[in-house]
Amino acid sequence: MKVTGTAHKVGDHIDTDAIIPARFLVTTDAKELGRNCMEGLEAGWVKRIKENDVMIGGVNFGCGSSREHAPISILGAGIPVVLAHSFARIFYRNGFNMGLVLLEIGDDIDKFSDTDEIEVDTASGLIKNLTTGATVQAAPVPPFMQEILNAGGLVEYAKRKLA
Amino acid sequence: MGQTLAEKILQNHTDQEVTGAGQIVQCRVDMVLANDITAPLAIKSFKAMGAKKVFDQDKVSLVCDHFTPNKDIDSAEQVKVVREFAEEMGVTHYYECGEVGVEHALLPEKGIVGPGDIVVGADSHTCTYGGLGAFATGMGSTDIGAAMALGETWFKVPPTIRVNFIGTPGQYVGAKDFVLKQIGILGVSGALYKALEYGGEVVDNMSLEGRMTIANMAIEAGGKVGLFPADQKALDYSHNAGFSGGELMVADEDAVYERVLDIDVTGMAPQVACPHLPENVKPVDETAGLRIHQAVIGSCTNGRIEDMRLAAEVLKGRKVDPKVRCIILPATPSIWKACMKEGLMEVFMDAGCIVGPPTCGPCLGGHMGILAGGERAITTTNRNFKGRMGSLESEVFLSNPAVAAASAVAGEITNPAKL
Repeated sequence: MKVTGTAHKVGDHIDTDAIIPARFLVTTDAKELGRNCMEGLEAGWVKRIKENDVMIGGVNFGCGSSREHAPISILGAGIPVVLAHSFARIFYRNGFNMGLVLLEIGDDIDKFSDTDEIEVDTASGLIKNLTTGATVQAAPVPPFMQEILNAGGLVEYAKRKLA
Repeated sequence: MGQTLAEKILQNHTDQEVTGAGQIVQCRVDMVLANDITAPLAIKSFKAMGAKKVFDQDKVSLVCDHFTPNKDIDSAEQVKVVREFAEEMGVTHYYECGEVGVEHALLPEKGIVGPGDIVVGADSHTCTYGGLGAFATGMGSTDIGAAMALGETWFKVPPTIRVNFIGTPGQYVGAKDFVLKQIGILGVSGALYKALEYGGEVVDNMSLEGRMTIANMAIEAGGKVGLFPADQKALDYSHNAGFSGGELMVADEDAVYERVLDIDVTGMAPQVACPHLPENVKPVDETAGLRIHQAVIGSCTNGRIEDMRLAAEVLKGRKVDPKVRCIILPATPSIWKACMKEGLMEVFMDAGCIVGPPTCGPCLGGHMGILAGGERAITTTNRNFKGRMGSLESEVFLSNPAVAAASAVAGEITNPAKL
């Protein structure tokens, strides 16, 4: 799948309280959570987003609580891909389980600025900055995790195991 | 080649040979946990997986502690979902109403988790049970839904950072200060994807409550687990609580560590983490004098009886500044009762504190202590992210219970030794 959209840069150590504050955790509905995405960073942040835009995180994106509502709210806001220097452990696993594409690219994250137009090939991990011409190849998903992806995500993987 | 504690516990729960960091292993789990915020999503995933029953009715814990007593209609609806699921599945360890406590204080107290266990929970502070010698870690709801159905999950074997606490601590300096100091040194991503393993003479002499305070904040350095040895003390504590099983377990002397960090606690001052990251740690005197509007003493980090005693020691015979809300939340019903029996409640009420029920409430900006714009709190909880306890324009400082109590009295951040 190829995703083309505008980059939105959010900085280092973006915690899950910034992504979706606890007061919004009274629902499991993706659209509802999406309406309040990044409300803990800046009131009304999500208004800038159009479908298929890309979030650009820094170091340790998604640190803090285990709330799966965080990747769900990002997806619910219309953002299918997050690029970051690095991801916090629980968030990475959650994003993966929810089908949010997370690409960890280390210092190459500096090749992407706010409002750049970006194209991401989610299958190959090739990221193009259409504004500057820079390209970055993200590391492939580890084999075991690829197996879960191939099954169609953790829910489908578990369904097969239970059958 | 020797094994770390993390490797040993993982090995005991898998048929694969654990060979070292980076390997993916499929492990059986001893306890699967979720709360009133995370369980509804886990239940949704569990049902989407086509699961009809939980893998073991005695190995699932559902604790409604975050927004309870239910703060609004939506949170009441969520608790209802959890309650009905628990009934439908015949879950043994379902806690609500008068039995509920903050999950990570409640489960060890009830002997539901113990040394050598693998515990996975849809709550990032599940790592608390590392204080008992359990490999315990937080995950998201769908991973927990799968674990409730399958009784197993996958782990990437983590590399380990060994932290040794050495020396002799002074008055009003304890577990919370040690772990804040460590987070200050490592940074909030210093243990990302890694295990923290604790040792040293200070740990040998430390209570299980103190160990759980330290393990609780492993996640604040990015850690997967914060592991203490399963020594006789840990076994005695857990067996007294009703836990059966567990055995003495320490890391091998030739275990391979990614890094060894020695922290000398001699002469250490009480530590305070300043906004808006737990790594912004300073000795209390460098923050002294900052006006506060709220103090919170409680949570899965510092809501245990030792913490209550420490707060009472500082508050006894003193009055909380009339402009400060000093909110005290004993973390479980039995801690609450112990506070009454020991006369701590009288101390708190005489001092002008607000004593509430066991709940996570204010720690995550849920309810029962929300900050307005421009307000500042000192709290014994675990996170000081921007807006964590309310308004994006509020500030949260993290400390031990003695510092929080002393600051409530003075109306400004205060070193209890100088009160």
